[in-house]
Amino acid sequence: MSSAREMRLRIGSVQNIAQVTRALEAVSASKVRKAIAAVEKTRPYATKAWQVLTHVAGQPGRNSLHPLLATRGEIRNALVLMISGDRGLAGAYNTNILRYTARNFDEYPVPVQYIAVGRKGRDLLIRRGKQLIADFSDIPAAPSFMDISAIGRLAVREFLAGKADEVHLVYTDFVTMLRQEPVTKKLLPLELGVEHKHVMRDQQGATAPAYIFEPAEQELLDEIIPRFTALQVYQAVLEAIASEHAARMVAMRNATENAVDLVAHLKLEYNKVRQQAITNDILDIVGGAEALS
Amino acid sequence: MTIHCEIVSQDRIVFQGDVDIVVLPGTDGEMGILPNHTPLLTTLNFGLIRVRQKGQEEVFTVAGGVAEVQPTIVTVLADAAENVAEIDVKRAEAARERAVKAMEEKSRDEQDSYLAIEAALRRSNLRLDAARRYRRSAQRPSRLGETDKGD
Repeated sequence: MSSAREMRLRIGSVQNIAQVTRALEAVSASKVRKAIAAVEKTRPYATKAWQVLTHVAGQPGRNSLHPLLATRGEIRNALVLMISGDRGLAGAYNTNILRYTARNFDEYPVPVQYIAVGRKGRDLLIRRGKQLIADFSDIPAAPSFMDISAIGRLAVREFLAGKADEVHLVYTDFVTMLRQEPVTKKLLPLELGVEHKHVMRDQQGATAPAYIFEPAEQELLDEIIPRFTALQVYQAVLEAIASEHAARMVAMRNATENAVDLVAHLKLEYNKVRQQAITNDILDIVGGAEALS
Repeated sequence: MTIHCEIVSQDRIVFQGDVDIVVLPGTDGEMGILPNHTPLLTTLNFGLIRVRQKGQEEVFTVAGGVAEVQPTIVTVLADAAENVAEIDVKRAEAARERAVKAMEEKSRDEQDSYLAIEAALRRSNLRLDAARRYRRSAQRPSRLGETDKGD
């Protein structure tokens, strides 16, 4: 058993840790509230924009409509945009997203390149020897659309240049405070969701007829498709930020609870050691007194 | 017969409801959308969206965006939009003054920020004009003909 002095030191350090984790939990709790508000504010717009995009993609002859909508016959390489956090101490948040990415893309039939958003994800990808073409770290705590749009633009550029025949977006979807799920979304070329076909049939009882475009088709699509694609990335980043704070908050709460438990346990041990020492002292004195008499 | 109309700006749902007609400021000109319109996709100008619901008209400012028309639904994805009734004239006025001042100070070399300020100025001008035209409480006389230019 360690000495009473060592135990006192240990109790002190565990108490300090509890204090730090408690403070971090409080900070994350306030940040997560703001992040959730940000996600929910932009969610209707992003959902509608996605719907419009899928409607456009559902047009007859989509391959000739716009290069960003065209599916390519032969897929030779893929690009994965992985969104993680800049900082650790968020429980399994960063490892989860990486493990999920690995599960989906490690044995992908074609070579995969990565764009990392977030320092932790970047480091983990590099450690696993993945091919990284860009790294967007240090995104602001409450990013505006302008801050993020460069990421989407890069993905679009790679796709148009033929360096990637598919672009996937991997991020953590915020479900509830206690549940965040890694998800993957095919960003380019656009994939028709099942939900969309359903909607179109409900509304008209038939598949969608062709749109009238105003102004001219090309001009219009050139404007909205890249922007809506960037918007999807923006929404994903907001979701990921909310998830990160929620994960950190829960992790820190657990850490605080564990520290408090540990302190209670250590205090008990410490008191036992202390009592034992006192008992020993008394025994010594009594023994000495008896020897004298 | 009505058509469902949803106006969504980047940070909230501005309006949703079943309406009789929606008038949109399309890039190629103003257009009125009635129920059973053929599918249409258009970009929007700076301007006003007018929505009529049982003889009552509501007016919204819109600072560019996209509108998707389906036979039973009109979806407006606005870069920024608000109900004219919600416009805070004092705030819009202050915003315009700020933008004018900022524009004088900024040199044209800084393209991005210059364009951002210019957009802000156009937005506040649009708001002010709309408020003047469509609100009884507006004190100034209406200045017709300026609204649709937006700048």
